[in-house]
Amino acid sequence: MTPEPVVRVHDLTKTYGTATALHGLSFEVAAGETLGLLGPNGAGKSTTIEILEGYRDRSGGDVSVLGADPQHAGLDWKARLGIVLQTSGEQGTATVREQIAHFAGFYPNPRDVDEVIAAVGLEAKAGARIRSLSGGQRRRVDVALGVVGGPELLFLDEPTTGFDPEARRQFWQLIRSLSDDGTSIVLTTHYLDEAAQLSDRVAVIAQGRLVAQGRPDELGDEEARTPRVTWLDEHGRHDVRTSAPGALVADLHARGGEPRSLEVIRPSLEDVYLGLVATAEHVADGTRGATDAGDAQRASSSGVTS
Amino acid sequence: MRTLSLGLSRTRYEVRGYFRAGDTVFFTFLFPVVMLAIFSTAFSASGSFGTRPDGSEVGAAAFYLPGMIAAGILLSGVQNLAVDIALERGDGTLKRLSGTPLPVGSYFVGKFGQVLVTSLLQVALLVLVARVLFGVPLPTDAGSWLTLAWVYLLGIATSALVGIALSRVPRSGKSATAVIVPITLVLQFISGVYLPFTQLPDWLQSVASVFPLKWLAQGMRSVFLPDTFSAAEAGGSWDLPGVALWLAVWLVAGAVASLLTFRWIRKDT
Repeated sequence: MTPEPVVRVHDLTKTYGTATALHGLSFEVAAGETLGLLGPNGAGKSTTIEILEGYRDRSGGDVSVLGADPQHAGLDWKARLGIVLQTSGEQGTATVREQIAHFAGFYPNPRDVDEVIAAVGLEAKAGARIRSLSGGQRRRVDVALGVVGGPELLFLDEPTTGFDPEARRQFWQLIRSLSDDGTSIVLTTHYLDEAAQLSDRVAVIAQGRLVAQGRPDELGDEEARTPRVTWLDEHGRHDVRTSAPGALVADLHARGGEPRSLEVIRPSLEDVYLGLVATAEHVADGTRGATDAGDAQRASSSGVTS
Repeated sequence: MRTLSLGLSRTRYEVRGYFRAGDTVFFTFLFPVVMLAIFSTAFSASGSFGTRPDGSEVGAAAFYLPGMIAAGILLSGVQNLAVDIALERGDGTLKRLSGTPLPVGSYFVGKFGQVLVTSLLQVALLVLVARVLFGVPLPTDAGSWLTLAWVYLLGIATSALVGIALSRVPRSGKSATAVIVPITLVLQFISGVYLPFTQLPDWLQSVASVFPLKWLAQGMRSVFLPDTFSAAEAGGSWDLPGVALWLAVWLVAGAVASLLTFRWIRKDT
């Protein structure tokens, strides 16, 4: 039997006065799944996640999180959630261990404090006041406070902003281990590689609409994921989209020998994502030629050579 | 039960945080002590402020001690909580806590606990400094100590509730100190803490009599000064029923305003 989805969102709308921030989103998060919410600034990611967390009230539609409506859920419901908010600038007079141990006391079945400190890589800073930490270290404390309650469902709103590459890799390890333990995760991020690394599925929000969702390697339509072959000859640069790049390269080689500056580019998640966002923005602007603009975005962004 | 035990855990956490924040320790905790020391030293040469029934003289320290205790209660409650909660609202502390299963009641038990612990230490320190450094004699009758107890408890509860209500006034955490400190400072000057109350113009006395600090200071003077000093009060007596009444009015007003304005989760702003 399939367990109930931990998050179920149907036709969610949110308006602020006359402005509409969300135009009818629908998606689900299955138990144990990690969903990456992607979208440009102002697209509605944080509004969506804050509605799921109970920080904001929706204007319309249905939302169920761990079987409850976040607008009316109580402390027992909160005890099953872990929330890592976007930014924090707290005074930080407590030490790392004091802060995490204090928060652990709020939950009925908290995780071991030292284990959590180790998981976020702050053993060396456990006795330091939080205000003496660097931005990336403080962010790790935020993450520790979000996971110390042993949540069934974890919300991470841009968790690795300000991390150096090594800290991000460590953080990914932590999230994977939580996911392996069965924690369901909803993640927003601006880093497409992070979304690709961590998410079972990604959903792209642009202009308050869900424009695509799927596995990171299956996002977008066939067209958007079609590889490109580029090379140089006496006529200049060629850029051909083809679903059979091998055949094209073999044909080129058969006709003219080794092509100059040959590249076979498979669109990365980032390329597909930028195309989706550009398309959504052009639709919203009511302009024609959205697909061309999307292609231009894809062509101008760096691709991955396969 | 859980609310209370988590509230006690919050109290420990809050008291520790209070003493680690250098600015609150100085401007809230030590300020009245420093002022008492300065006034007592500066006016020690001005001679006697009056005599006790046993013929001993009331010096500057004895004269200023009640006002400084009253000011300390105001600072520990109003200034401390108004600035602290405004900061916590501005910097994301409240938002983070409201996303955890911490009951909002525990948060307030923690705040009241912090105010009670820090202000009791402050009053004890003021009395100790007055007694040890300046040789101020303390009341010897049980009645005075009983008065001290109820005026203190009513005063600190009122101050804490007014502080919670005032925490909604600053528009941001950054402006909290700039908005709140002038309010408490002006009150100290017009309520007979630094300047003898009856030396103020009548209209200013009337204005000050609306606010709780004037009554709190008057109640404290009734504890620490000889009864003959009551003749110098605005009404010619200590008027303890008036003290109780005005503090109770502000207690209720502060409680109602706090209930109406405090939001644990602030939605849609």
